[in-house]
Amino acid sequence: MWRFLRRLLTSEYLVLLLTALYVLCLWPFAPEIVSAQTALEVIMAMLPLLLLAIGQTFVLIVAGIDLSITSTMAFSSVVAAALMTGDGGYLAGNALAVPVALIAFLLIGLAVGCANGLCVVRLGMPSFMVTLVAQTFLSGAAIWFTSLHSTSVSIGDLPAAFSVIGRGGIAGIPYALLLCLVVAFAAHWLLGRTTLGRWLYAVGNNPRAATVSGVPTGRVIIIAFVLSGFCAALASIVYTSRLETGTPVLGQRVLLDVIGAAVIGGVSLFGGRGKISWVILGVLFLSVVDKGLQLLGLSQSIVFAVKGGVILLAAIIDALRSRILVRVAA
Amino acid sequence: MSSARDSAASERAGGAPLLKVEGLRKSFFGVEVLKGVSFTLEAGKALGVIGENGSGKSTTMNIINGLLPPSAGTMAIDGRPYAPANSKEAARAGIAFIHQELNLFENLSIAENLALQAFPRRISWLPQIDKARMRARAADLLRRVDLDLSPDMLVNRLAPGERQLVEIAKALSGDARIIVFDEPTTSLTSREAERLFALVAQLKARGLGVIYISHILEDVLRLCDDVVTLRDGTMVDNRPAASVTTGHLIESMLGRPIAELFPPRSAAAPRQEVALDVRGLTQPGIVHDLTFRVMRGEIVGIAGLMGSGRSETARILFGLDPALSGTVAVNGTVIAQRSPRACMAAGMAFLTEDRRGDGLLLPEGVLTNVELARLADLRTNAAAPLPQAMLDRDASEAARSVRIKAHDLVRQPVLSLSGGNQQKVVLAKWLLREPAVFILDEPTRGIDVGAKAEIYGLVRQLAERGTGVLVISSEVEELLGVCDRVLTMAHGEIVAEFTWPELDRAAILRAAMQRQEGAA
Repeated sequence: MWRFLRRLLTSEYLVLLLTALYVLCLWPFAPEIVSAQTALEVIMAMLPLLLLAIGQTFVLIVAGIDLSITSTMAFSSVVAAALMTGDGGYLAGNALAVPVALIAFLLIGLAVGCANGLCVVRLGMPSFMVTLVAQTFLSGAAIWFTSLHSTSVSIGDLPAAFSVIGRGGIAGIPYALLLCLVVAFAAHWLLGRTTLGRWLYAVGNNPRAATVSGVPTGRVIIIAFVLSGFCAALASIVYTSRLETGTPVLGQRVLLDVIGAAVIGGVSLFGGRGKISWVILGVLFLSVVDKGLQLLGLSQSIVFAVKGGVILLAAIIDALRSRILVRVAA
Repeated sequence: MSSARDSAASERAGGAPLLKVEGLRKSFFGVEVLKGVSFTLEAGKALGVIGENGSGKSTTMNIINGLLPPSAGTMAIDGRPYAPANSKEAARAGIAFIHQELNLFENLSIAENLALQAFPRRISWLPQIDKARMRARAADLLRRVDLDLSPDMLVNRLAPGERQLVEIAKALSGDARIIVFDEPTTSLTSREAERLFALVAQLKARGLGVIYISHILEDVLRLCDDVVTLRDGTMVDNRPAASVTTGHLIESMLGRPIAELFPPRSAAAPRQEVALDVRGLTQPGIVHDLTFRVMRGEIVGIAGLMGSGRSETARILFGLDPALSGTVAVNGTVIAQRSPRACMAAGMAFLTEDRRGDGLLLPEGVLTNVELARLADLRTNAAAPLPQAMLDRDASEAARSVRIKAHDLVRQPVLSLSGGNQQKVVLAKWLLREPAVFILDEPTRGIDVGAKAEIYGLVRQLAERGTGVLVISSEVEELLGVCDRVLTMAHGEIVAEFTWPELDRAAILRAAMQRQEGAA
């Protein structure tokens, strides 16, 4: 019995099991949780979260943390919206408006990631501090920028060619899902099959040993932050086009979900451990929990409290798991 | 079991020994790792415990410390049965451990560390610490270990040797009667070690019992009255130190006569090409005007006391630390901008003195560790796919060639390997790149004799294939046994050079110390 419990706790797919268990428990009370409609909704809700969590995973693997992702989304969202909005945008009506706006999203993501990485590497600042400051700065900047272009709290009237990204699809498969699949596969491949992937894990495990073994430690850390910023920009594109507005409060509440999902999946906050498949399961779990609580008709505040509890539980399981792994190794 | 108890009872009548261990056995998951260990420790005596890694030393000590219950066997202190359930009970029974990794809180002062078990209170029912009494007690304890420092000093400002003495003071504060030292000299300079030995003699004179565990057999013979040798969980030898030599001890540890700890030197092969050429290397306050060469196929040693600049030299050569001036050339090509990457590209390899801190990814497996340095050589885009099959094949080959003992090269974390096997992992990592110049800093620190001999053999083989080897070591015997030439450093300068067969232990030590004292 004890051995079985231990096997279960140390399994990579514990989270998947917990998800199934959760659905089974809720089934009698909210039968619609087992339906194609719910599944589709859960998947659609997962996608931008997953993009963010994948980016975050790179940073977590090098033993950092990126708290600036939500503000990066908000800032890129309003800047890009200001470029292409039909309501007095810089490129209103221009055929190039949408491509230029997309490039703006990505450039902002890359630039923020690069700045974060440079501060962490060159100035030796803790990533927690750097990205917390970036978060505050960018969310302030996003609000200020919005006030320059709009009398309301957001920038609407985005071209139809843009909103199609979040809502359209090919042969019934949403573009966002395709994008997510491509990113997840690329990230999985990068971590598992390339030199850069090995370097990311090595730097997270022991930066000194990595440096002595010829790993360009500083560059690897910067790349991790740049990838995180890039993923935040992609998530921002998906969210903004779904909302059809650029808003400075975009994704304000998902930061904890993103980090929580990664940790629930098994990515270590201490660096050196994490896989994309784990992250997908972590995001799936959180999204299912979210959906289930909504179906039960609970109020938003209770949903938050329960989610906090679930993330805490995951952290406890993570701690237990590493303790058992140490004992097995000893 | 019952006979052991009877004999303990009969001992009590006469002068019972301080600690008596009888027929200790321990099994993990049905595998017996300790197969009956018995010894006695008298008050005022020191007992040496030696054995290779995995011979059962740690298990025995963990049982004595109450961390593990024995599967069978008894222990007695002063003839009274002793069966600790945890380390707290062991401490109460008067047993103190000085661990390899010191257990001091670096952010606290010496006095606070010493008072940690029970802070003296001003008023017994108020949790307010009586600082005056705490400092007075600490000052008294520091006097007992001859450490002339203020009790208010923070522990993180102390040298390793001083920390060790604080640790001993802590043991004395708990009224310990038996003090167990586990590899106490690994991080000490020779002078600090001398101080420790004098203190051990004092402890004995005061009637305490000492258990001394070490890989350095000379120290064991010098300090201890009796020596217990363990091999594969069995006690193979237990006799007075006066009646044995280090040769005997090595033989009984290994279970076979050790023909040669050091490999034979190659018959003076022609050495024309320069592998490593260092000229005028200077970094103010660290090293001054270092100029030397290592030829291909030659093993050159650097001797010197701690702080003489020997390890710092290695770090500068490999581009980890900066140098103000001077050049380093490998195979005739000067390395322009020294960094670990540039040095590796030029053909250098560096085995650091801190194996766990700078050498290994502890949670990863053997292959991942061995492949790490190779990745920098793959002259492709970092985002290009890895030739995984080729990497794994080469790494397993390297792991086999240095005979790493691990049951799973992929999944077993190197954390769980013995010190000797961990060092072989680092060695394999560099051998895989077939370096032109290999710098080894303390290659055998904390490693048992068997693994040491294997590592010396590997270093010699490497030299025979044409690599220039630079060995830095605090063990002069090691340099005498392995090197073709020994440079002695003091105060950041090379002060003497000796060439085999004119390697002389006394002359090397004299050169290392004289300058040091002259300058002080």
